[in-house]
Amino acid sequence: MLIRAYSSVWMIGGFSFIIYMGHLYIWALIVVIQIFMARELFSLLRRSNEERQLPGFRLLNWHFFFTAMLFTYGHFLTQQLVNTVTSDKLLCQLVSGLIKYQMFICYFLYIAGFVWFILTLKKKMYRYQFSQFAWTHMILLMVFVQSAFTVANIFEGIFWFLLPASLIIINDIAAYFFGFFFGRTPLIKLSPKKTWEGFIGASVTTLLSAFVLANIMGHFQWLTCPRKDLSTGWLHCDPGPLFKPEYFSLPALMHQWFPWKEVAILPVQCHALAFGLFASIIAPFGGFFASGFKRAFKLKDFGDSIPGHGGITDRMDCQMVMAVFAYIYHQSFVMPPSFSVEMFLDQILRNLTIEEQQLLYEQLGNFFQARQLLQA
Amino acid sequence: MHKDSGSSDTPNYLGRIRHRKRPSEVSADANKANGSKLLVNDRNKYKSMLIRTYSSVWMIGGFTFIIYMGHLYIWALIVVIQIFMAKELFNLLRRANEERQLPGFRLLNWHFFFTAVLFTYGRFLSRQLVNTVTSDKLLYQLVSGLIKYQMFICYFLYIAGFVWFILTLKKKMYKYQFSQYAWTHMILLMVFVQSAFTVANIFEGIFWFLLPASLIIINDIAAYFFGFFFGRTPLIKLSPKKTWEGFIGASITTLISAFMLANIMGQFQWLTCPRKDLSTGWLHCDPGTLFKPEYFSVPRCMHQWFPWKEVAILPVQWHALALGLFASIIAPFGGFFASGFKRAFKLKDFGDSIPGHGGITDRMDCQMVMAVFAYIYHQSFVMPQSLSVEMILEQILRNLTFEEQQFLYEQLGNIFQARQLLQA
Repeated sequence: MLIRAYSSVWMIGGFSFIIYMGHLYIWALIVVIQIFMARELFSLLRRSNEERQLPGFRLLNWHFFFTAMLFTYGHFLTQQLVNTVTSDKLLCQLVSGLIKYQMFICYFLYIAGFVWFILTLKKKMYRYQFSQFAWTHMILLMVFVQSAFTVANIFEGIFWFLLPASLIIINDIAAYFFGFFFGRTPLIKLSPKKTWEGFIGASVTTLLSAFVLANIMGHFQWLTCPRKDLSTGWLHCDPGPLFKPEYFSLPALMHQWFPWKEVAILPVQCHALAFGLFASIIAPFGGFFASGFKRAFKLKDFGDSIPGHGGITDRMDCQMVMAVFAYIYHQSFVMPPSFSVEMFLDQILRNLTIEEQQLLYEQLGNFFQARQLLQA
Repeated sequence: MHKDSGSSDTPNYLGRIRHRKRPSEVSADANKANGSKLLVNDRNKYKSMLIRTYSSVWMIGGFTFIIYMGHLYIWALIVVIQIFMAKELFNLLRRANEERQLPGFRLLNWHFFFTAVLFTYGRFLSRQLVNTVTSDKLLYQLVSGLIKYQMFICYFLYIAGFVWFILTLKKKMYKYQFSQYAWTHMILLMVFVQSAFTVANIFEGIFWFLLPASLIIINDIAAYFFGFFFGRTPLIKLSPKKTWEGFIGASITTLISAFMLANIMGQFQWLTCPRKDLSTGWLHCDPGTLFKPEYFSVPRCMHQWFPWKEVAILPVQWHALALGLFASIIAPFGGFFASGFKRAFKLKDFGDSIPGHGGITDRMDCQMVMAVFAYIYHQSFVMPQSLSVEMILEQILRNLTFEEQQFLYEQLGNIFQARQLLQA
């Protein structure tokens, strides 16, 4: 337990520092975590004697990894990229060309990898190579879906990344301690160390912390403001109705226990309850999936990077499920994007030059003025 | 190879039993010298050609009929093909004795299939759906609610399947169940990416679905006949029946047909007009600059061969050349992939629905690669050409509500402000 506590403290410390540094550094952290996770997983099901006969096969994995990275970050960060690179003329043209044809470039990189795979198929190795190909796709799917959604969430406001991640960490630690002190009834055959007492205790703790943490985090503009470009300076913005406190007066009978006559609740705390519910009930299934997987392929851990915890994938298994939920919840309930507006905005930013965009803006403005004149 | 000849020399009854038990008989045949497998030397080739031709004619006939019927029916055809392809592929790597101990596991596959259907078609057709279902009040509310929370609904269906999978993990079956889970994901990915892109293409105009599909069919048929009559040099070890003569002949045929077919197809508004809703009536629209003929005068030296002094070329024919190039060079790799896959897992065919051709996946392997390319090519090169400030402005004013237009205006303003701040 001491080793686990020691490395946990280091991880949480490093994590808090990165949060302080800002969006760009968090994005860099996620990319680094991705690379290490992919490396762990690529190494997992490789068999050494086959690998000796297939030189350059590992390179194929990294080629697909690079293609996936180009695709996901190009897709999710188009606005931010366009907004940032407007100063240097040459760089601007290069980046805008890349954005415009991003889908096509990624597709051709993928096809190149596909053709390369087929041309390197070796007799008697077919089954191994096809299994590796499928396995690579599954790994990249898992790693990139969750990190793409995480990065998209970060640029909506660090709050939407920090809260889910913290809830998973709290759920993990609380389950560990509740199980340590009170654990009696085993929870599921897949993970013999988990107990019902740990599960329920952790759920209650997670729900309470969700409510409290959302209140605390909601006060900082650094955490709640969205970032529209790739700069690293301070942020100021209008937080929006979710983060403005609403006052509820306490019923008279509770006045003797609580010194406050009113309670200030941010509307976002109700969303945080939903997050907490998901983190305590569904997210542990990510851990069960990883345990079952290790049991199926007779592995002790995914890797050994972190002392006492195993590999990076061992730490990230529940985070992955939570990150996807956080993004989809945000898109559906917190700030539903208007598909048409997003689509047009995307088209305008991708396909028109800056002068054309300005022209469009002016003409739209003229239309609105004419309409107002007509109505008056 | 050495082992095979050895076992056939053993006493008859032993040899026959061993022969019957050997599942890889077909791949053993293919391992023999490549020359013996070439179509030119195959003595039964005329009989197999007759069966193939018969089923090909039926398929092409049915296909043409569906094209005539319209967008909605083509979409239905694609969904049907998807279901059959998924069923073939789900059955492929299933093992009978494991399946007996895991009741309800097949149901999990179809649950994920249904979730994928909801997700892909919901995303691509949300606009079309809203345009169609505006009459009935209750249905409209239901459909718009579905569209608004579509992503969330699909996600929860997926999570439900995920939790179900974990709760049904059985001891000693873990490896089999995880492999099946990964295999299901790969199948659904393959089947749905290409069909989602195909459907998106159809609603941009049947032309962008019909041309790529026809090019693949022409490439296939031309390669077959060139290989039948002229094939000598084998192309790739994976598919011993393919030859370089067939490949080159088919490439040239495909390029020429692409150029000509684009001209023929471009004349019909039924094929070139995009469909904005889910109706089935006739379409009329302004075809756009791509389908308006441009006139090139034929150089003087060629006047004796050609009766025309001018040649009308639709600009879309140049795009068709790119599609033809891809169809002849890259798309066959889809076929090689399928051959390698069958070789790896010791299968003769993916299924046996179509006589002479194998299963549906055998026919669709090259189509899948082509469909994705057609969509991405269209999005990257064809659509931006037709975008201009006037067109986008017109679309914004027509398609968005007043509040949405204001919102767009504000967003644009914010972006410009942020940009200016950065430059200063």
